[in-house]
Amino acid sequence: MDATLSNIDLQRSNYDVDAIRADFPILASEFNGYPLTFLDSGASAQKPECVLRRMDDVYRRSYANVHRGAYALSQAATDYYEGARKTVARYLNARSDDEIVFTHNVTAAINLVAHSYGRRFMERGDEVIISQMEHHANIVPWQLLRDEIGIELKVAPIDEAGNLLLDQLAEMFSHKTKLVSLTHVSNVLGTIVPIKKVIDLAHERDIPVLIDGAQGIVHTRVDVQDLDAEFYAFTGHKLYGPSGIGVLYGKKDLLNTMPPYQGGGDMIERVTFEKTTYRDAPARFEAGTPPFVEAAGLAAAIDYVDEIGMENISSHEQELLNYATERLNEVDGITIYGEAQHKAGIISFTLDKVHPHDIATIVDSRGVSVRAGHHCAQPLMDWYGVAATTRASFGMYSNKQDVDALVDGLKYVKEIFS
Amino acid sequence: MRELYQEVILDHGKNPRNFRQPEDANCEARGNNPLCGDQLTVYLKVDEGRLIRDAAFEGRGCAISMASASMMTQIVCGKTVSQVQSLFDKFHKLCTGEMEEFPQDEFTDDMEKLRVMSGVSRFPMRVKCATLSWHTMNAAVAGDNETTTE
Ligand SMILES: Cc1ncc(COP(=O)(O)O)c(C=O)c1O
Repeated sequence: MDATLSNIDLQRSNYDVDAIRADFPILASEFNGYPLTFLDSGASAQKPECVLRRMDDVYRRSYANVHRGAYALSQAATDYYEGARKTVARYLNARSDDEIVFTHNVTAAINLVAHSYGRRFMERGDEVIISQMEHHANIVPWQLLRDEIGIELKVAPIDEAGNLLLDQLAEMFSHKTKLVSLTHVSNVLGTIVPIKKVIDLAHERDIPVLIDGAQGIVHTRVDVQDLDAEFYAFTGHKLYGPSGIGVLYGKKDLLNTMPPYQGGGDMIERVTFEKTTYRDAPARFEAGTPPFVEAAGLAAAIDYVDEIGMENISSHEQELLNYATERLNEVDGITIYGEAQHKAGIISFTLDKVHPHDIATIVDSRGVSVRAGHHCAQPLMDWYGVAATTRASFGMYSNKQDVDALVDGLKYVKEIFS
Repeated sequence: MRELYQEVILDHGKNPRNFRQPEDANCEARGNNPLCGDQLTVYLKVDEGRLIRDAAFEGRGCAISMASASMMTQIVCGKTVSQVQSLFDKFHKLCTGEMEEFPQDEFTDDMEKLRVMSGVSRFPMRVKCATLSWHTMNAAVAGDNETTTE
Protein backbone atom coordinates (compact mmCIF):
# COMPACT_ATOMS: atom_id res chain seq x y z
CA MET A 1 0.00 0.00 0.00
CA ASP A 2 1.19 3.50 -0.76
CA ALA A 3 2.63 5.34 2.20
CA THR A 4 0.50 8.38 1.52
CA LEU A 5 -2.61 7.97 -0.48
CA SER A 6 -3.56 11.56 -0.79
CA ASN A 7 -2.50 15.14 -0.43
CA ILE A 8 -4.72 15.52 2.59
CA ASP A 9 -3.18 16.79 5.75
CA LEU A 10 -4.91 14.54 8.21
CA GLN A 11 -3.93 16.65 11.16
CA ARG A 12 -6.29 19.32 9.99
CA SER A 13 -9.80 18.93 11.18
CA ASN A 14 -11.19 21.11 8.41
CA TYR A 15 -12.31 19.33 5.32
CA ASP A 16 -9.78 20.45 2.74
CA VAL A 17 -11.66 20.21 -0.50
CA ASP A 18 -8.83 21.84 -2.49
CA ALA A 19 -6.41 19.18 -1.37
CA ILE A 20 -8.92 16.50 -2.32
CA ARG A 21 -9.45 18.08 -5.72
CA ALA A 22 -5.71 18.00 -6.30
CA ASP A 23 -5.89 14.20 -5.99
CA PHE A 24 -8.27 13.94 -8.96
CA PRO A 25 -6.30 14.68 -12.14
CA ILE A 26 -9.33 15.23 -14.37
CA LEU A 27 -10.57 18.12 -12.26
CA ALA A 28 -7.70 20.24 -13.53
CA SER A 29 -8.96 20.04 -17.10
CA GLU A 30 -10.92 22.56 -19.11
CA PHE A 31 -13.96 22.01 -21.30
CA ASN A 32 -15.19 24.46 -23.88
CA GLY A 33 -12.69 26.96 -22.50
CA TYR A 34 -14.10 26.76 -18.98
CA PRO A 35 -12.73 24.85 -16.01
CA LEU A 36 -14.51 21.53 -15.60
CA THR A 37 -17.50 21.70 -13.28
CA PHE A 38 -18.35 18.07 -12.80
CA LEU A 39 -21.77 17.64 -11.26
CA ASP A 40 -22.58 14.12 -12.41
CA SER A 41 -20.84 12.02 -9.78
CA GLY A 42 -24.12 10.23 -9.14
CA ALA A 43 -23.80 8.65 -12.56
CA SER A 44 -20.14 7.86 -12.08
CA ALA A 45 -17.49 9.48 -9.93
CA GLN A 46 -14.06 10.69 -11.01
CA LYS A 47 -10.98 8.74 -9.95
CA PRO A 48 -8.23 9.80 -7.59
CA GLU A 49 -4.60 9.39 -8.57
CA CYS A 50 -4.13 6.46 -6.15
CA VAL A 51 -6.73 4.38 -8.00
CA LEU A 52 -5.13 5.08 -11.36
CA ARG A 53 -1.72 4.30 -9.94
CA ARG A 54 -2.83 1.08 -8.29
CA MET A 55 -4.31 -0.27 -11.50
CA ASP A 56 -1.31 0.82 -13.49
CA ASP A 57 0.93 -0.96 -10.99
CA VAL A 58 -0.97 -4.21 -11.29
CA TYR A 59 -0.78 -4.10 -15.07
CA ARG A 60 2.88 -3.16 -15.12
CA ARG A 61 4.25 -5.29 -12.33
CA SER A 62 1.83 -7.91 -11.09
CA TYR A 63 -0.24 -9.00 -14.02
CA ALA A 64 -1.18 -12.63 -14.66
CA ASN A 65 -4.42 -14.52 -14.35
CA VAL A 66 -5.63 -15.07 -10.81
CA HIS A 67 -6.11 -18.39 -9.02
CA ARG A 68 -4.65 -20.32 -11.90
CA GLY A 69 -0.90 -20.21 -12.02
CA ALA A 70 1.59 -21.83 -9.70
CA TYR A 71 4.05 -19.03 -10.26
CA ALA A 72 4.94 -15.86 -8.46
CA LEU A 73 3.30 -13.44 -10.85
CA SER A 74 -0.04 -15.18 -10.67
CA GLN A 75 0.27 -15.22 -6.92
CA ALA A 76 0.95 -11.48 -6.90
CA ALA A 77 -2.19 -10.80 -8.94
CA THR A 78 -4.20 -13.17 -6.75
CA ASP A 79 -2.97 -11.33 -3.68
CA TYR A 80 -4.26 -8.10 -5.11
CA TYR A 81 -7.61 -9.64 -5.87
CA GLU A 82 -8.08 -11.41 -2.55
CA GLY A 83 -6.62 -8.41 -0.76
CA ALA A 84 -9.33 -6.29 -2.37
CA ARG A 85 -11.94 -8.69 -1.02
CA LYS A 86 -10.50 -8.19 2.45
CA THR A 87 -10.58 -4.43 2.04
CA VAL A 88 -14.23 -4.49 1.01
CA ALA A 89 -15.12 -6.89 3.83
CA ARG A 90 -13.38 -4.69 6.36
CA TYR A 91 -14.97 -1.53 4.99
CA LEU A 92 -18.46 -3.03 5.18
CA ASN A 93 -17.70 -4.72 8.51
CA ALA A 94 -18.67 -8.10 7.08
CA ARG A 95 -18.13 -11.12 9.31
CA SER A 96 -16.04 -12.86 6.70
CA ASP A 97 -14.29 -12.20 3.40
CA ASP A 98 -16.40 -15.02 2.01
CA GLU A 99 -19.43 -12.77 2.17
CA ILE A 100 -18.02 -10.53 -0.54
CA VAL A 101 -18.84 -11.58 -4.10
CA PHE A 102 -17.28 -9.53 -6.85
CA THR A 103 -19.52 -8.81 -9.84
CA HIS A 104 -19.27 -6.40 -12.73
CA ASN A 105 -21.58 -3.74 -11.29
CA VAL A 106 -24.57 -3.42 -9.01
CA THR A 107 -26.89 -4.38 -11.85
CA ALA A 108 -25.13 -7.73 -12.14
CA ALA A 109 -25.31 -8.17 -8.36
CA ILE A 110 -29.08 -7.66 -8.30
CA ASN A 111 -29.53 -9.95 -11.29
CA LEU A 112 -27.46 -12.55 -9.48
CA VAL A 113 -29.85 -12.47 -6.53
CA ALA A 114 -32.93 -12.51 -8.77
CA HIS A 115 -31.64 -15.50 -10.71
CA SER A 116 -30.07 -17.53 -8.02
CA TYR A 117 -31.97 -16.67 -4.85
CA GLY A 118 -35.19 -15.98 -6.73
CA ARG A 119 -35.27 -19.24 -8.63
CA ARG A 120 -34.34 -21.30 -5.61
CA PHE A 121 -36.63 -19.74 -3.04
CA MET A 122 -39.56 -18.23 -4.91
CA GLU A 123 -42.48 -19.71 -6.72
CA ARG A 124 -45.61 -18.59 -8.52
CA GLY A 125 -47.63 -16.12 -6.45
CA ASP A 126 -44.74 -15.11 -4.19
CA GLU A 127 -44.10 -11.42 -3.84
CA VAL A 128 -41.12 -9.14 -4.07
CA ILE A 129 -41.56 -5.62 -2.70
CA ILE A 130 -39.69 -2.70 -4.23
CA SER A 131 -40.39 1.03 -3.99
CA GLN A 132 -41.65 3.78 -6.25
CA MET A 133 -38.19 5.29 -6.52
CA GLU A 134 -36.13 2.36 -7.75
CA HIS A 135 -33.56 2.51 -10.49
CA HIS A 136 -34.39 0.27 -13.46
CA ALA A 137 -31.64 -2.03 -12.17
CA ASN A 138 -33.87 -2.90 -9.22
CA ILE A 139 -37.06 -3.21 -11.26
CA VAL A 140 -36.30 -5.06 -14.46
CA PRO A 141 -34.54 -8.12 -12.95
CA TRP A 142 -37.70 -8.77 -10.88
CA GLN A 143 -39.93 -8.32 -13.89
CA LEU A 144 -37.86 -10.88 -15.77
CA LEU A 145 -38.33 -13.24 -12.84
CA ARG A 146 -42.02 -12.45 -12.79
CA ASP A 147 -42.34 -13.31 -16.46
CA GLU A 148 -40.38 -16.47 -15.95
CA ILE A 149 -41.81 -17.99 -12.77
CA GLY A 150 -44.88 -15.90 -12.02
CA ILE A 151 -43.88 -13.93 -8.93
CA GLU A 152 -45.61 -10.65 -8.24
CA LEU A 153 -43.98 -7.29 -7.93
CA LYS A 154 -45.38 -4.92 -5.31
CA VAL A 155 -44.45 -1.27 -5.18
CA ALA A 156 -44.20 0.57 -1.88
CA PRO A 157 -45.38 4.18 -2.14
CA ILE A 158 -43.59 7.43 -1.37
CA ASP A 159 -44.95 10.85 -0.49
CA GLU A 160 -44.61 13.97 -2.62
CA ALA A 161 -41.38 14.95 -0.86
CA GLY A 162 -39.88 11.59 -1.74
CA ASN A 163 -40.04 9.88 1.67
CA LEU A 164 -40.73 6.16 1.64
CA LEU A 165 -44.04 5.48 3.43
CA LEU A 166 -42.91 2.92 5.99
CA ASP A 167 -46.31 2.14 7.46
CA GLN A 168 -47.74 1.38 4.08
CA LEU A 169 -44.72 -0.69 3.23
CA ALA A 170 -45.16 -2.74 6.40
CA GLU A 171 -48.81 -3.29 5.58
CA MET A 172 -47.79 -4.89 2.31
CA PHE A 173 -45.91 -7.69 4.07
CA SER A 174 -47.58 -11.07 3.93
CA HIS A 175 -46.65 -14.72 4.09
CA LYS A 176 -46.12 -14.49 0.34
CA THR A 177 -43.46 -11.79 0.62
CA LYS A 178 -40.17 -13.44 -0.21
CA LEU A 179 -37.94 -10.40 -0.48
CA VAL A 180 -37.89 -6.66 0.04
CA SER A 181 -35.52 -5.06 -2.47
CA LEU A 182 -34.94 -1.37 -1.89
CA THR A 183 -32.64 1.40 -2.84
CA HIS A 184 -30.62 2.90 0.00
CA VAL A 185 -30.50 6.35 -1.55
CA SER A 186 -32.65 7.51 -4.47
CA ASN A 187 -30.48 8.40 -7.44
CA VAL A 188 -33.05 11.00 -8.54
CA LEU A 189 -34.46 12.52 -5.36
CA GLY A 190 -31.49 12.03 -3.06
CA THR A 191 -33.77 10.51 -0.40
CA ILE A 192 -31.83 8.55 2.19
CA VAL A 193 -34.17 5.67 2.96
CA PRO A 194 -34.21 4.59 6.62
CA ILE A 195 -33.19 1.11 5.59
CA LYS A 196 -32.33 -0.02 9.09
CA LYS A 197 -35.98 0.49 10.08
CA VAL A 198 -37.20 -1.30 6.97
CA ILE A 199 -34.87 -4.21 7.63
CA ASP A 200 -36.04 -4.49 11.24
CA LEU A 201 -39.67 -4.40 10.15
CA ALA A 202 -39.07 -7.05 7.49
CA HIS A 203 -37.15 -9.25 9.88
CA GLU A 204 -40.06 -9.23 12.32
CA ARG A 205 -41.81 -11.18 9.60
CA ASP A 206 -38.73 -13.18 8.63
CA ILE A 207 -38.56 -11.48 5.28
CA PRO A 208 -35.09 -11.10 3.81
CA VAL A 209 -33.93 -7.75 2.43
CA LEU A 210 -31.71 -6.72 -0.47
CA ILE A 211 -30.38 -3.17 -0.48
CA ASP A 212 -29.35 -1.49 -3.73
CA GLY A 213 -26.49 0.51 -2.28
CA ALA A 214 -25.31 2.06 -5.57
CA GLN A 215 -25.86 5.55 -4.15
CA GLY A 216 -25.98 4.61 -0.47
CA ILE A 217 -22.38 3.46 -0.26
CA VAL A 218 -21.20 6.76 -1.71
CA HIS A 219 -22.94 9.06 0.71
CA THR A 220 -23.23 7.12 3.97
CA ARG A 221 -21.18 4.81 6.14
CA VAL A 222 -22.39 1.24 5.72
CA ASP A 223 -21.98 -1.43 8.39
CA VAL A 224 -23.57 -4.64 7.18
CA GLN A 225 -23.63 -6.28 10.61
CA ASP A 226 -25.40 -3.33 12.11
CA LEU A 227 -27.86 -3.14 9.19
CA ASP A 228 -28.32 -6.90 9.16
CA ALA A 229 -29.62 -6.97 5.56
CA GLU A 230 -29.31 -10.30 3.82
CA PHE A 231 -27.79 -8.63 0.77
CA TYR A 232 -26.17 -5.27 0.13
CA ALA A 233 -25.07 -4.51 -3.43
CA PHE A 234 -23.04 -1.65 -4.84
CA THR A 235 -21.03 -0.60 -7.83
CA GLY A 236 -17.37 0.44 -7.77
CA HIS A 237 -17.39 3.26 -10.29
CA LYS A 238 -19.60 5.50 -8.19
CA LEU A 239 -17.32 5.02 -5.19
CA TYR A 240 -14.34 6.57 -6.99
CA GLY A 241 -13.23 3.15 -8.22
CA PRO A 242 -12.99 1.85 -11.78
CA SER A 243 -15.87 0.72 -13.97
CA GLY A 244 -16.41 -2.99 -14.39
CA ILE A 245 -16.44 -3.96 -10.72
CA GLY A 246 -19.36 -4.37 -8.35
CA VAL A 247 -19.94 -6.04 -5.03
CA LEU A 248 -22.63 -8.27 -3.67
CA TYR A 249 -22.40 -8.67 0.07
CA GLY A 250 -24.51 -11.61 1.23
CA LYS A 251 -24.81 -13.47 4.49
CA LYS A 252 -22.55 -16.47 4.17
CA ASP A 253 -25.02 -19.20 5.11
CA LEU A 254 -27.51 -17.79 2.69
CA LEU A 255 -25.03 -17.51 -0.16
CA ASN A 256 -24.09 -21.14 0.28
CA THR A 257 -27.69 -22.26 -0.12
CA MET A 258 -27.96 -20.48 -3.44
CA PRO A 259 -27.22 -22.21 -6.74
CA PRO A 260 -24.60 -20.77 -9.12
CA TYR A 261 -25.73 -17.98 -11.40
CA GLN A 262 -23.28 -18.59 -14.20
CA GLY A 263 -21.17 -21.64 -14.89
CA GLY A 264 -17.55 -21.85 -15.92
CA GLY A 265 -14.03 -21.90 -14.60
CA ASP A 266 -13.05 -21.05 -11.03
CA MET A 267 -16.46 -21.77 -9.54
CA ILE A 268 -16.23 -25.55 -9.54
CA GLU A 269 -14.89 -28.17 -7.18
CA ARG A 270 -14.80 -30.98 -9.66
CA VAL A 271 -16.16 -31.36 -13.16
CA THR A 272 -17.02 -34.56 -14.98
CA PHE A 273 -19.41 -34.75 -17.89
CA GLU A 274 -21.92 -36.43 -15.63
CA LYS A 275 -21.77 -34.17 -12.64
CA THR A 276 -20.13 -31.03 -11.38
CA THR A 277 -19.83 -29.88 -7.80
CA TYR A 278 -19.52 -26.23 -6.93
CA ARG A 279 -17.30 -24.36 -4.57
CA ASP A 280 -18.68 -22.36 -1.70
CA ALA A 281 -19.34 -18.66 -1.94
CA PRO A 282 -17.89 -16.38 -3.09
CA ALA A 283 -16.09 -18.55 -5.70
CA ARG A 284 -19.39 -20.21 -6.66
CA PHE A 285 -20.63 -16.90 -8.03
CA GLU A 286 -17.44 -15.82 -9.75
CA ALA A 287 -17.32 -17.89 -12.91
CA GLY A 288 -14.56 -17.02 -15.32
CA THR A 289 -11.67 -14.59 -15.04
CA PRO A 290 -12.85 -11.90 -12.66
CA PRO A 291 -12.23 -8.15 -12.97
CA PHE A 292 -9.24 -8.42 -10.68
CA VAL A 293 -7.41 -5.29 -11.76
CA GLU A 294 -10.63 -3.39 -11.20
CA ALA A 295 -10.97 -5.02 -7.78
CA ALA A 296 -7.50 -3.74 -6.91
CA GLY A 297 -8.54 -0.28 -8.10
CA LEU A 298 -11.69 -0.44 -5.99
CA ALA A 299 -9.65 -1.37 -2.94
CA ALA A 300 -7.47 1.70 -3.50
CA ALA A 301 -10.59 3.84 -3.78
CA ILE A 302 -11.98 2.44 -0.54
CA ASP A 303 -8.70 3.05 1.26
CA TYR A 304 -8.78 6.60 -0.02
CA VAL A 305 -12.39 7.17 1.07
CA ASP A 306 -11.61 5.64 4.43
CA GLU A 307 -8.63 7.88 4.92
CA ILE A 308 -10.73 10.98 4.37
CA GLY A 309 -13.60 9.45 6.31
CA MET A 310 -17.11 8.82 5.02
CA GLU A 311 -18.54 10.87 7.89
CA ASN A 312 -16.47 13.85 6.75
CA ILE A 313 -17.45 13.35 3.15
CA SER A 314 -21.13 13.12 4.11
CA SER A 315 -21.10 16.30 6.13
CA HIS A 316 -19.24 18.15 3.38
CA GLU A 317 -21.85 17.01 0.87
CA GLN A 318 -24.62 17.96 3.25
CA GLU A 319 -23.28 21.47 3.51
CA LEU A 320 -23.01 21.65 -0.25
CA LEU A 321 -26.54 20.32 -0.70
CA ASN A 322 -27.89 23.03 1.58
CA TYR A 323 -25.93 25.67 -0.29
CA ALA A 324 -27.10 24.35 -3.66
CA THR A 325 -30.72 24.16 -2.58
CA GLU A 326 -30.56 27.74 -1.42
CA ARG A 327 -28.82 29.00 -4.54
CA LEU A 328 -31.03 27.09 -6.95
CA ASN A 329 -34.12 28.42 -5.25
CA GLU A 330 -32.90 31.91 -6.16
CA VAL A 331 -33.37 31.05 -9.83
CA ASP A 332 -36.83 31.99 -11.08
CA GLY A 333 -38.83 29.09 -12.41
CA ILE A 334 -36.93 26.31 -10.59
CA THR A 335 -38.81 23.32 -9.23
CA ILE A 336 -36.80 20.93 -7.07
CA TYR A 337 -37.88 17.29 -6.96
CA GLY A 338 -37.15 15.51 -3.73
CA GLU A 339 -37.42 17.22 -0.39
CA ALA A 340 -37.14 14.25 1.90
CA GLN A 341 -36.17 14.70 5.53
CA HIS A 342 -32.83 13.03 4.96
CA LYS A 343 -31.17 13.68 1.65
CA ALA A 344 -27.79 12.95 0.13
CA GLY A 345 -25.89 15.21 -2.26
CA ILE A 346 -28.22 14.78 -5.21
CA ILE A 347 -30.55 17.47 -6.49
CA SER A 348 -33.05 17.11 -9.33
CA PHE A 349 -34.91 20.02 -10.80
CA THR A 350 -36.77 21.47 -13.73
CA LEU A 351 -36.53 25.04 -14.97
CA ASP A 352 -39.61 26.70 -16.44
CA LYS A 353 -40.63 24.75 -19.48
CA VAL A 354 -37.09 24.34 -20.74
CA HIS A 355 -36.35 20.72 -21.52
CA PRO A 356 -33.54 19.21 -19.39
CA HIS A 357 -31.61 18.23 -22.52
CA ASP A 358 -31.48 21.81 -23.63
CA ILE A 359 -30.35 22.82 -20.15
CA ALA A 360 -27.59 20.20 -20.14
CA THR A 361 -26.31 21.24 -23.56
CA ILE A 362 -26.31 24.92 -22.71
CA VAL A 363 -24.61 24.62 -19.31
CA ASP A 364 -22.11 22.22 -20.87
CA SER A 365 -21.01 25.06 -23.12
CA ARG A 366 -19.88 26.69 -19.85
CA GLY A 367 -18.01 23.57 -18.74
CA VAL A 368 -20.78 22.30 -16.45
CA SER A 369 -21.60 18.57 -16.65
CA VAL A 370 -25.05 17.64 -15.38
CA ARG A 371 -27.31 14.74 -16.13
CA ALA A 372 -30.56 15.26 -18.02
CA GLY A 373 -33.22 12.66 -18.59
CA HIS A 374 -35.16 10.02 -16.71
CA HIS A 375 -32.14 8.79 -14.74
CA CYS A 376 -33.13 5.16 -15.33
CA ALA A 377 -36.13 5.68 -13.07
CA GLN A 378 -39.01 6.11 -15.50
CA PRO A 379 -41.72 4.89 -13.08
CA LEU A 380 -40.64 7.61 -10.66
CA MET A 381 -40.73 10.25 -13.40
CA ASP A 382 -44.21 9.08 -14.39
CA TRP A 383 -45.30 9.32 -10.77
CA TYR A 384 -44.21 12.95 -10.66
CA GLY A 385 -45.66 13.50 -14.11
CA VAL A 386 -42.45 14.76 -15.66
CA ALA A 387 -40.66 13.31 -18.66
CA ALA A 388 -37.23 14.27 -17.46
CA THR A 389 -35.34 16.35 -14.93
CA THR A 390 -31.90 17.87 -14.73
CA ARG A 391 -29.78 16.45 -11.95
CA ALA A 392 -26.71 17.76 -10.19
CA SER A 393 -24.96 15.28 -7.92
CA PHE A 394 -21.95 15.83 -5.72
CA GLY A 395 -18.84 13.92 -4.94
CA MET A 396 -16.29 14.40 -2.20
CA TYR A 397 -14.45 16.89 -4.45
CA SER A 398 -17.43 19.09 -5.30
CA ASN A 399 -17.30 22.63 -4.00
CA LYS A 400 -19.30 25.83 -3.84
CA GLN A 401 -17.73 27.11 -7.05
CA ASP A 402 -19.30 24.12 -8.81
CA VAL A 403 -22.70 25.16 -7.52
CA ASP A 404 -22.09 28.77 -8.51
CA ALA A 405 -21.06 27.72 -12.01
CA LEU A 406 -24.29 25.72 -12.32
CA VAL A 407 -26.40 28.66 -11.19
CA ASP A 408 -24.61 30.95 -13.66
CA GLY A 409 -25.20 28.35 -16.35
CA LEU A 410 -28.90 28.27 -15.56
CA LYS A 411 -29.05 32.03 -15.85
CA TYR A 412 -27.52 31.69 -19.29
CA VAL A 413 -30.20 29.11 -20.16
CA LYS A 414 -32.87 31.60 -19.16
CA GLU A 415 -31.20 34.28 -21.23
CA ILE A 416 -31.28 32.08 -24.33
CA PHE A 417 -34.87 31.00 -23.77
CA SER A 418 -36.14 34.41 -22.69
CA MET B 1 -24.75 28.26 -28.21
CA ARG B 2 -26.70 30.86 -30.10
CA GLU B 3 -25.74 29.04 -33.26
CA LEU B 4 -27.51 25.95 -31.99
CA TYR B 5 -30.42 27.74 -30.40
CA GLN B 6 -31.27 30.12 -33.22
CA GLU B 7 -34.35 32.30 -32.98
CA VAL B 8 -36.18 30.18 -35.53
CA ILE B 9 -35.59 27.07 -33.46
CA LEU B 10 -36.65 28.72 -30.22
CA ASP B 11 -39.76 30.03 -31.91
CA HIS B 12 -40.77 26.65 -33.39
CA GLY B 13 -39.84 25.00 -30.10
CA LYS B 14 -42.12 27.27 -28.13
CA ASN B 15 -44.95 27.44 -30.65
CA PRO B 16 -44.78 24.26 -32.67
CA ARG B 17 -46.77 24.37 -35.91
CA ASN B 18 -49.16 21.56 -36.82
CA PHE B 19 -49.17 20.34 -33.24
CA ARG B 20 -52.43 18.38 -33.51
CA GLN B 21 -53.96 15.05 -34.37
CA PRO B 22 -55.77 15.26 -37.71
CA GLU B 23 -58.88 13.14 -37.86
CA ASP B 24 -58.32 12.01 -41.41
CA ALA B 25 -54.71 10.94 -41.05
CA ASN B 26 -54.06 7.55 -42.66
CA CYS B 27 -50.44 7.00 -41.63
CA GLU B 28 -48.99 7.46 -38.20
CA ALA B 29 -46.03 6.31 -36.17
CA ARG B 30 -44.63 6.84 -32.72
CA GLY B 31 -41.00 7.75 -32.29
CA ASN B 32 -39.10 7.15 -29.08
CA ASN B 33 -35.73 8.36 -28.00
CA PRO B 34 -34.92 5.80 -25.30
CA LEU B 35 -31.98 7.85 -24.14
CA CYS B 36 -34.09 10.73 -22.92
CA GLY B 37 -37.57 9.25 -22.88
CA ASP B 38 -38.83 11.74 -25.44
CA GLN B 39 -41.73 10.62 -27.55
CA LEU B 40 -43.63 11.97 -30.47
CA THR B 41 -46.28 10.80 -32.86
CA VAL B 42 -46.30 11.86 -36.50
CA TYR B 43 -49.60 11.88 -38.42
CA LEU B 44 -49.79 12.00 -42.20
CA LYS B 45 -52.51 12.04 -44.74
CA VAL B 46 -51.16 10.42 -47.89
CA ASP B 47 -53.30 10.15 -51.01
CA GLU B 48 -53.33 7.45 -53.68
CA GLY B 49 -50.64 9.18 -55.65
CA ARG B 50 -48.37 8.97 -52.55
CA LEU B 51 -48.67 12.71 -52.12
CA ILE B 52 -48.63 14.03 -48.55
CA ARG B 53 -51.75 16.13 -48.09
CA ASP B 54 -51.38 16.87 -44.41
CA ALA B 55 -48.68 16.41 -41.79
CA ALA B 56 -48.92 16.97 -38.05
CA PHE B 57 -47.43 15.75 -34.79
CA GLU B 58 -47.87 15.55 -31.07
CA GLY B 59 -45.45 14.73 -28.31
CA ARG B 60 -42.91 16.06 -25.91
CA GLY B 61 -39.25 16.74 -26.20
CA CYS B 62 -36.49 19.27 -26.16
CA ALA B 63 -36.50 22.51 -28.11
CA ILE B 64 -34.47 20.92 -30.90
CA SER B 65 -36.75 17.94 -31.41
CA MET B 66 -39.92 20.02 -31.18
CA ALA B 67 -38.60 22.61 -33.62
CA SER B 68 -37.42 19.96 -36.03
CA ALA B 69 -40.79 18.20 -35.98
CA SER B 70 -42.61 21.47 -36.41
CA MET B 71 -40.52 22.52 -39.42
CA MET B 72 -40.76 19.08 -40.92
CA THR B 73 -44.55 19.08 -40.93
CA GLN B 74 -44.50 22.37 -42.81
CA ILE B 75 -41.95 21.22 -45.35
CA VAL B 76 -43.24 17.75 -46.22
CA CYS B 77 -46.79 18.84 -46.87
CA GLY B 78 -47.43 18.85 -50.62
CA LYS B 79 -44.51 16.58 -51.43
CA THR B 80 -44.55 12.97 -52.53
CA VAL B 81 -43.32 10.21 -50.28
CA SER B 82 -40.29 9.60 -52.45
CA GLN B 83 -39.44 13.31 -52.44
CA VAL B 84 -39.50 13.51 -48.65
CA GLN B 85 -37.35 10.41 -48.46
CA SER B 86 -34.64 12.04 -50.55
CA LEU B 87 -35.03 15.21 -48.54
CA PHE B 88 -34.60 13.25 -45.29
CA ASP B 89 -31.41 11.81 -46.69
CA LYS B 90 -30.02 15.31 -47.27
CA PHE B 91 -31.31 16.57 -43.92
CA HIS B 92 -29.60 13.68 -42.18
CA LYS B 93 -26.30 14.56 -43.84
CA LEU B 94 -26.78 18.15 -42.78
CA CYS B 95 -27.35 17.17 -39.15
CA THR B 96 -24.42 14.82 -38.92
CA GLY B 97 -22.15 17.29 -40.68
CA GLU B 98 -21.47 14.78 -43.42
CA MET B 99 -22.34 17.41 -46.02
CA GLU B 100 -22.46 21.17 -45.66
CA GLU B 101 -23.06 22.31 -49.20
CA PHE B 102 -25.78 20.79 -51.33
CA PRO B 103 -26.06 20.96 -55.13
CA GLN B 104 -28.83 23.13 -56.55
CA ASP B 105 -31.92 21.03 -57.07
CA GLU B 106 -35.64 20.94 -56.37
CA PHE B 107 -34.91 20.90 -52.62
CA THR B 108 -32.67 23.94 -52.47
CA ASP B 109 -35.27 26.20 -50.82
CA ASP B 110 -36.20 23.56 -48.27
CA MET B 111 -32.58 22.90 -47.41
CA GLU B 112 -32.08 26.62 -46.88
CA LYS B 113 -34.85 26.60 -44.30
CA LEU B 114 -33.56 23.44 -42.66
CA ARG B 115 -30.07 24.87 -42.43
CA VAL B 116 -30.95 26.39 -39.04
CA MET B 117 -30.76 22.86 -37.65
CA SER B 118 -27.20 22.33 -38.86
CA GLY B 119 -25.89 23.53 -35.48
CA VAL B 120 -26.53 20.06 -34.07
CA SER B 121 -23.71 18.62 -36.14
CA ARG B 122 -21.35 19.99 -33.51
CA PHE B 123 -23.28 18.21 -30.75
CA PRO B 124 -23.26 14.52 -31.70
CA MET B 125 -25.50 13.66 -28.76
CA ARG B 126 -28.17 15.99 -30.03
CA VAL B 127 -28.29 14.78 -33.64
CA LYS B 128 -30.99 12.29 -32.71
CA CYS B 129 -33.12 15.08 -31.28
CA ALA B 130 -33.14 16.73 -34.69
CA THR B 131 -33.74 13.57 -36.67
CA LEU B 132 -36.31 11.80 -34.46
CA SER B 133 -39.33 13.33 -36.19
CA TRP B 134 -37.94 12.53 -39.63
CA HIS B 135 -37.22 8.93 -38.67
CA THR B 136 -40.75 8.71 -37.32
CA MET B 137 -42.24 10.15 -40.49
CA ASN B 138 -40.24 7.67 -42.52
CA ALA B 139 -41.62 4.87 -40.38
CA ALA B 140 -45.15 6.20 -40.80
CA VAL B 141 -45.00 6.11 -44.60
CA ALA B 142 -43.36 2.69 -44.49
CA GLY B 143 -46.17 1.39 -42.29
CA ASP B 144 -44.05 0.79 -39.16
CA ASN B 145 -45.96 2.13 -36.22
CA GLU B 146 -43.16 2.28 -33.73
CA THR B 147 -39.61 3.47 -34.19
CA THR B 148 -36.70 4.46 -32.02
CA THR B 149 -33.58 6.45 -32.66
CA GLU B 150 -31.39 3.53 -31.62
C1 LIG C 1 -29.71 3.52 -7.29
C2 LIG C 1 -28.96 2.90 -8.43
N1 LIG C 1 -29.07 1.58 -8.67
C3 LIG C 1 -28.42 0.99 -9.68
C4 LIG C 1 -27.59 1.69 -10.51
C5 LIG C 1 -26.88 0.96 -11.63
O1 LIG C 1 -25.51 0.98 -11.48
P1 LIG C 1 -24.60 0.16 -12.50
O2 LIG C 1 -24.96 0.69 -13.84
O3 LIG C 1 -23.20 0.46 -12.12
O4 LIG C 1 -24.94 -1.28 -12.36
C6 LIG C 1 -27.44 3.06 -10.31
C7 LIG C 1 -26.60 3.90 -11.18
O5 LIG C 1 -26.70 4.03 -12.35
C8 LIG C 1 -28.15 3.68 -9.25
O6 LIG C 1 -28.04 4.98 -9.05
